[in-house]
Amino acid sequence: MFSRFGGGIHPPEHKSITEELKFVNLPIPHTCYIPLQQHVGAPAKLAVKAGDIVSEGQLIGRADGMISANVHSSIPGKVADIAVVPTVYGPQQSVIVEAEGTFSSSAMPHETRDWTALAREELLDRIREAGIVGLGGAAFPSAVKLSPPPGKRIDTLVVNGAECEPYLTVDDMLMKTFPDAVIEGTRILMRALGAANAVIGIESNKGAAIVSLKKSIAAPGIPDGIRVKKLATRYPQGAEKQLIYSLLRRRVPSGGLPMDVGVVVHNVGTVHAVREAVLYNRPLYTRYITVSGNAIERPGNYKVRIGMKIADIVEECGGFREPPVRIVMGGPMCGQSVHSLDVPVVKGTSGLLFLAGKGVAAREYSPCIRCGACVSVCPAGLLPCDLGNAVEKGRIDLAEDLNPFDCIMCGSCSYVCPAHRPLSHFIKLAQQKIRAARK
Amino acid sequence: MTGTEKKDDTLLVSHPPHIRSGESVPKIMWSVVIALTPAAAYSVYLFGHRAALLIGTAVVSAVVAEAAMRLLLRRQVTVLDGSAVITGLLLGMNVPPGAPWWTVAIGSFFAIIIVKQLFGGLGFNIFNPALAARAFLMASWPVHMTTSWHNFSETNVLSPAASNPGFPVAVYDSLTGATPLALLKAGPKILADHGIDPVRINDIAFSPDMFLSLFIGNRGGCVGETSVLLLLAGAVFLLARKVITWHVPVSFIGVAAALAAAHAALTGNPAPHLVALFHVLSGGLVLGAFFMATDMVTSPVSRKGMLLFGAGCGLIAFVIRTWGGYPEGVSYSILIMNAFVPLIDRYMKPKVFGASKRRRGAGA
Repeated sequence: MFSRFGGGIHPPEHKSITEELKFVNLPIPHTCYIPLQQHVGAPAKLAVKAGDIVSEGQLIGRADGMISANVHSSIPGKVADIAVVPTVYGPQQSVIVEAEGTFSSSAMPHETRDWTALAREELLDRIREAGIVGLGGAAFPSAVKLSPPPGKRIDTLVVNGAECEPYLTVDDMLMKTFPDAVIEGTRILMRALGAANAVIGIESNKGAAIVSLKKSIAAPGIPDGIRVKKLATRYPQGAEKQLIYSLLRRRVPSGGLPMDVGVVVHNVGTVHAVREAVLYNRPLYTRYITVSGNAIERPGNYKVRIGMKIADIVEECGGFREPPVRIVMGGPMCGQSVHSLDVPVVKGTSGLLFLAGKGVAAREYSPCIRCGACVSVCPAGLLPCDLGNAVEKGRIDLAEDLNPFDCIMCGSCSYVCPAHRPLSHFIKLAQQKIRAARK
Repeated sequence: MTGTEKKDDTLLVSHPPHIRSGESVPKIMWSVVIALTPAAAYSVYLFGHRAALLIGTAVVSAVVAEAAMRLLLRRQVTVLDGSAVITGLLLGMNVPPGAPWWTVAIGSFFAIIIVKQLFGGLGFNIFNPALAARAFLMASWPVHMTTSWHNFSETNVLSPAASNPGFPVAVYDSLTGATPLALLKAGPKILADHGIDPVRINDIAFSPDMFLSLFIGNRGGCVGETSVLLLLAGAVFLLARKVITWHVPVSFIGVAAALAAAHAALTGNPAPHLVALFHVLSGGLVLGAFFMATDMVTSPVSRKGMLLFGAGCGLIAFVIRTWGGYPEGVSYSILIMNAFVPLIDRYMKPKVFGASKRRRGAGA
């Protein structure tokens, strides 16, 4: 039918909860807790001290080293404290800003710029300055991804609009609400990469988004080379390697990166943020998230300030319908469960799920019955059952021969396992132990 | 063990994924029980209370053995997962209807205690417990296990529908005194001994009445193997429930049928396709291919491996049926292939996404 990859699963989508709900700006929180590390790589270096007055969008953490990202204040106010706060990535040094003053004292000029006149390097500088990271969840610094080493030619930009995780509708709503901006962001990224082609991949369950983007592409003045392609609705369609394979039939080599097959992948949210950074010089201090799950009173798609605590978001969303059993940052397949309502939203937070009921309760696991379900769903072609058994027996040597580093951590194996074995977690343990042994 | 810790007293924190499919081991096992029920119930209709006694004894013995062993080994008692019920059910369905009740009781104990629990319990056994027990019973009480067939009439254990196509009474009696497979295997020789053209075995074996009897299950054989129709109904349920996949049964039956047809053609039988059909419908091929070769624990985990495993079963079953000492070879074929599963799993790994051919060849 539609373009697809091997393996995968189709869990209940739960997207109808929020897929029709338009973006709403959540009120500005009184206090923001802004971690200095919200990205892959080195934490940003602190650029303010307690007591400083900061403006909205002011730099408070400077990228440190090759792979890092700038961090900006989400609200105008006073730096109340620099402290370690609980985050989805563990305890992190964070800048705590208390709202004060006005929002007009913004650090960002609001005039629109003509990006078509900017050189590639200037575009990359803007993106780097704005502290943009992958908004799909991985939070890899975007400027780094856009600067492939010499010798790697990128011919195609892949824009990831798959949004294959259940519950999440934020990318869908973004594509439906701002299709022209997504296309413009795509063009900016094509220019920054020097890529002549771009493919926007969207799962078949997001028909309205596909229609909107196709309409935007058909508008006068849009150059050729940008395509929208409908993908099978199948998790993990949005995983980089699977997405590239579905769209272009190119296989990223084992252990390799998309650029090895001439491709760079960016999430639609990232594409949108890049446009804001380039056009308006707007740093990344807000983002769109889906708030969903059966335990929250008012689910929806919201624009929030980065650093807003979960507790504040819960309050703005009408509180709990019932006590949540799990709170998940990101999607239910790949996201992280958090232990506290004090955890702030970070750049990589695509969703906030409040889940209750029997389906999310803790389950005991039992021995593998060798049903092979994990093998048939594994998009990486691994044997999760054997990997899990090897790890359980402490036989890291056996696990090492089973290609654990090819695992993309999609969790499909754990999802289907009838013995409820935490297979992807076992594989992660194998990776950690092998890495530790190699050191 | 849950791998999950609770913090803040209310929130569950664990590694992803945070949602699970509703599938579970007990649901899978009880689905197999449900799928076997129609054929088992039909066996009681066909063979009377003897079938009920054998199946009941086998199931109860298996469950008792399972519970006792788990208690003895100080492990969690897992009889409710349904796997011991399946073992008992399959054993009861795999013995002749006239076998004494104590044979299946001993068989169930052997299956659960020796073949399953002493290897570590569900998931760790190498051989299908029910089939290993059947092999054990065949070796220990061969007379009970190979001659206790049901008599539909004076001499006919084959099928009430088997009618004499003009053979002398003595010849007809010796032809119909055994199971359908024995008819096919020994029949030509019996006919030749009486000076009748051996190909005339087709007259009795391949009549439409005979095929209908075989398909519906109105014929002799082991307790639960007779009704292809009801076994297929259960198989369709398991396929729809995604408890089994088509790979093992299709390659098993396909290879067995293809070899039977090829052999018949080479030996001059004018109707090789009917020989193949007869092979598929008679004996325990359908029961074995859909319900025993597909046993998850003792079959390969990859699709490629399943195809190879099924093909091996088909080949061995054909060889035993054609040249072996027993008329039926399905259960031995599965047991032999069970032993090959670790090897198959080792060489039939799926291709790692993006891996080069060289790496795959290196067994990586």
